[in-house]
Amino acid sequence: MFISPAYAQTAPAEEATHTETGTAHEAGKGVFPPFDSQTYPSQILWLVITFGLFYMLMQKVIAPRIGSILEHRHDRIAQDLDEAGRMKAEADAAIETYEKELAAARAKAGSIAATARAEAKAKADAERAAIEAELSAKISAAEARIADIKAQAFAEVGTIAEETTSAIVEQLIGAKASEGELKAAVSAAKEA
Amino acid sequence: MSNDPTHQFVVSKIVPIEIGGVDFSFTNASLFMVASAVAASAFLYFSTSNRGLVPSRSQSVAESAYEFTASMLREGAGSHGMKFFPLVFSLFMFVLTANLLGMFPYFFTVTSQIIVTLSLALLVIGTVLVYGFYKHGFHFLGIFVPSGVPPILLLLVTPIELISFLSRPISLSVRLFANMLAGHITLKVFAGFVASLGAMGTLGIAGSILPLIMTVALTGLEFLVAFLQAYVFAVLTCMYLNDAVHGGH
Repeated sequence: MFISPAYAQTAPAEEATHTETGTAHEAGKGVFPPFDSQTYPSQILWLVITFGLFYMLMQKVIAPRIGSILEHRHDRIAQDLDEAGRMKAEADAAIETYEKELAAARAKAGSIAATARAEAKAKADAERAAIEAELSAKISAAEARIADIKAQAFAEVGTIAEETTSAIVEQLIGAKASEGELKAAVSAAKEA
Repeated sequence: MSNDPTHQFVVSKIVPIEIGGVDFSFTNASLFMVASAVAASAFLYFSTSNRGLVPSRSQSVAESAYEFTASMLREGAGSHGMKFFPLVFSLFMFVLTANLLGMFPYFFTVTSQIIVTLSLALLVIGTVLVYGFYKHGFHFLGIFVPSGVPPILLLLVTPIELISFLSRPISLSVRLFANMLAGHITLKVFAGFVASLGAMGTLGIAGSILPLIMTVALTGLEFLVAFLQAYVFAVLTCMYLNDAVHGGH
């Protein structure tokens, strides 16, 4: 058999590196461990077993379980949001009603106040008118009385003057003057 | 040996099982596949067992993961794509948990094995093909013939579409695999520097501060990558499922 010199040279060198690296590994295998095809059947078999069981567990139990947890939470959040929205609408409606009632009450209060003011004014006016009428009646009565008293006083002035005159005349002349003379004299003096 | 950055990817048997000459042993890889599936299941199961209307902290994490995936799928594949929700959710949670578990020291990273990421990618592409042909029949092939393209250009465009479709499982699986692998190797290398420099006396300890800072920063970055790659895997799954749901237009 023909062996090229090049091959003859490299073959022992290759063997040498194999044994050299081989001592570094277990069982004297000269291959880089991940490329050691002797281990492949075992690795494939155990990968199929472990990954197969893992896949089945994920498919049957874990994925549906986490999926249902997330879905449940999602539903719950949506439900809570709906509830919150409904409550907000209720609160808004309540505020609206309250404001409407407040406005109505304010209007009513205004009208009550206006009525009360008008009533009070009317009453006050009536009372003032009554008091004024009473006062003017009293004033005119007083004036009438003053006029009476004045007239009476004037009427009595003649009598007083006659009595005074008779007393003076009696003192002066020692004789009583007649009533006719006295009257004529007083009225003459009055007219003068 | 413990300083070998690829040592963390070695698959070692815990319970040897052999059926028909093929090795089906329960390995550390199998153990962490079980751990990822159990951890993710237990978290999702117990955090949601109260079915609280107001979620507890853990329940809201589970719910965010659900809603995150759901919106991703709805944006990617529309509301018709929601029937694939369990698949996308399982992929996202499984890959994310596997990535995050891998961040623990001494823990095995399931997604740093190309065969694991390739199997998951083939599951996605297989689902796309099966559902696509079931839903659209022969018209499903229309995804390779974009509408509104002149017939002569189709001679060029169709092979490109075909190649891009065929490369999907590879890009999908290699992206996740390579990111996890490279990240863990880098972390291991920098952490290894800390240990080996620290063994070199006072000056070494002073010098090991730099790789230590780097390791801390990379750890943060790796957590981001762990999440980001799970997200990218799920997003691309959604986009590929879009083809299956809506077919070629």
